[in-house]
Amino acid sequence: MMQHLPILQVILPLLAAPLAALASRRHLAWHLTLVATAGAFAISLVLLATILRTGTPIIYDLGGWPAPIGIVYVIDSASAFVLPVVSGIGFVATLAARHLVIAEIDARDHPLFFAAWLLTLAGMLGQVTTGDAFNIFVFLEISSLSGYALVAMGAGRDRRALPAAFNYLILGTVGATFYVIGLGLLYMLTGTLNLADLSVRLAEIENLRPAYVALAFIALGLFLKMALFPLHLWLAPAYSHAPSAVTALMAATATKVSVYVLIRILFGVFGFEFPYMTQAVGGLLLTLGLLGAFVGTFAAIVETDLKRLFAQSSIAQLGYMAIGLGIMTSAGIAASFIHLFNHALMKGALFLALGVIAAQTTHLSLHTIKGAGRQIPITMTAILLGGLARIGVPLTAGFISKLYLIRALIDSGLWAVAALTFVSSALALVYVWKIVEHAWLTERPENAPVLTETPGQWAPAWILVLATIGFGIYAGPLVEAAFGAAQVFGPDIIQATQTIEGLQIIEGLEGQE
Amino acid sequence: MQDDPVIRVVAKVLIPAIMLFALYVQFHGDYGPGGGFQAGVIFAAALVLNAVVFGLHRARQVWPMRYNLMGVSAGVVLYGGTGVWSMLAGANYLDYFALKADPKAAQHLGILLVEFGVGLTVASVMVALFFAFAGRLTHIRLVAKTAAHEATDSGTSRPGDAA
Repeated sequence: MMQHLPILQVILPLLAAPLAALASRRHLAWHLTLVATAGAFAISLVLLATILRTGTPIIYDLGGWPAPIGIVYVIDSASAFVLPVVSGIGFVATLAARHLVIAEIDARDHPLFFAAWLLTLAGMLGQVTTGDAFNIFVFLEISSLSGYALVAMGAGRDRRALPAAFNYLILGTVGATFYVIGLGLLYMLTGTLNLADLSVRLAEIENLRPAYVALAFIALGLFLKMALFPLHLWLAPAYSHAPSAVTALMAATATKVSVYVLIRILFGVFGFEFPYMTQAVGGLLLTLGLLGAFVGTFAAIVETDLKRLFAQSSIAQLGYMAIGLGIMTSAGIAASFIHLFNHALMKGALFLALGVIAAQTTHLSLHTIKGAGRQIPITMTAILLGGLARIGVPLTAGFISKLYLIRALIDSGLWAVAALTFVSSALALVYVWKIVEHAWLTERPENAPVLTETPGQWAPAWILVLATIGFGIYAGPLVEAAFGAAQVFGPDIIQATQTIEGLQIIEGLEGQE
Repeated sequence: MQDDPVIRVVAKVLIPAIMLFALYVQFHGDYGPGGGFQAGVIFAAALVLNAVVFGLHRARQVWPMRYNLMGVSAGVVLYGGTGVWSMLAGANYLDYFALKADPKAAQHLGILLVEFGVGLTVASVMVALFFAFAGRLTHIRLVAKTAAHEATDSGTSRPGDAA
């Protein structure tokens, strides 16, 4: 049974989906989903433990056909790091989904809702597990298509979910198409779709011009999928009008999986030494990441709709992950991995806590939470702690992210970028303070509806809040695992030496031309 | 179209033939051109023809929406279940060789089951899509009627303007 874990990771939610769709009895679909996501989470933890212990990748041949002819699933330090993030958030979000879905979705649609929910999870887990570039596209489409349907299900309460889902569908499809166009070019060049095989064969090719085009298409497609500035406009409407449970699941996982796929393709297939990688792609990631960090933060500062506010802050967070990748060192990639993990926890906690309020009111704005700090203190504290982690206050996981990101930037001599990253993080204090001001320092208006909270509602959010604090205090294993994950992709250029080597690479390239 | 005897009679003759042809494409797909995708679409075409000629209401009586959901799910379960079966037989997921002792028969059985799963899902999805879009027609007509009504009432446009 142990050797089948890589495939069970994906097919457990995948096969639970049709069963959930057929579930007729009330709550049966939710119970099925809970069992399937708990199973997937357990499997991912076992895989992570195995990889941390042995250090050797697990390779699973689908249908018994070995690579590069067959499709293989590869569990290495990087995929084993991301799998528990996705499946863990999936599990906790499912716990919260019970009350959120009852409040927000028509009872007749519950089986189909949970079927789409499981499919989107299966798609994301598949993207992380697979070692085949085309298989990534297939799973990308599985997770995205069910994601569009989930966002559109917000239409029962908020008709704006429909245009939001449609925009998301159009832009998401453009992104996936760009990815597959780039992949087609790579396939034409190399004759293979296996990721490991691709990187080997790509290194042997003389005329790389089609590969440049492929890199541009794939990078652009994935930038769209991960909502990197300026390709982020689909994100805020989709997240703010979707059902609360869906917002929590997708904000915490969907874009992160795209970041992971980008890392896989950029560094796993093309590699650091690929021409234009350091200058063009690295520079682009740094610039867009920084712009995204500022644009997202400013947009969040002026926003009054709470879901939209945190959706905008997601754009800033994705900017930080892009900055980490743009440094083009192992330390930078590790910083991105750490932030990917922490951001999933923070955003999951924030949106699950917001869901407690969203389930009780029709419009979730700063006005709605006026004085709510005294009415629903436990939920509001969760939001506050999530916001503090977002800023990067010490003792929260957000601090660890920023610490390693800024350290990686300084090690590469990118002082200006490090300073700007710090400034944009500090600016987040403005909108977190806005929430504090409205929730605690304002009296609740007389005519405002009474908000309530029960342990069943706030417990899932608090699981993630406690994890955020836990990993903020005891970050050793997380950091170690993230550096292990980054090690998969490339030269061991950590610390200051890499600046010099990076310059040498650039000089070497210029010499060639 | 419901009133035209020629179309009704031709459709009645064609629909069973189309369904039979779909099954041929499905199960002969192992030896010749064909397979689950094509067969599923052909089978769905028979039901679409039924709906076009005899009306959506009648087609839904023959093939309720519930069947689509069951077909979609059963297809996925059949495909995935084949993989699980080979896993239980001690081989990797979807390794058909484990299904039977004779390798040729095992491959045949594996692809047959998987393709049938594909066919079921594709046919059900096609019919569901058609029902969903065609079902909007009554709604759209109603909206258009009210809009035209309001337009004439307010006197801003004459009924022929839209055309």
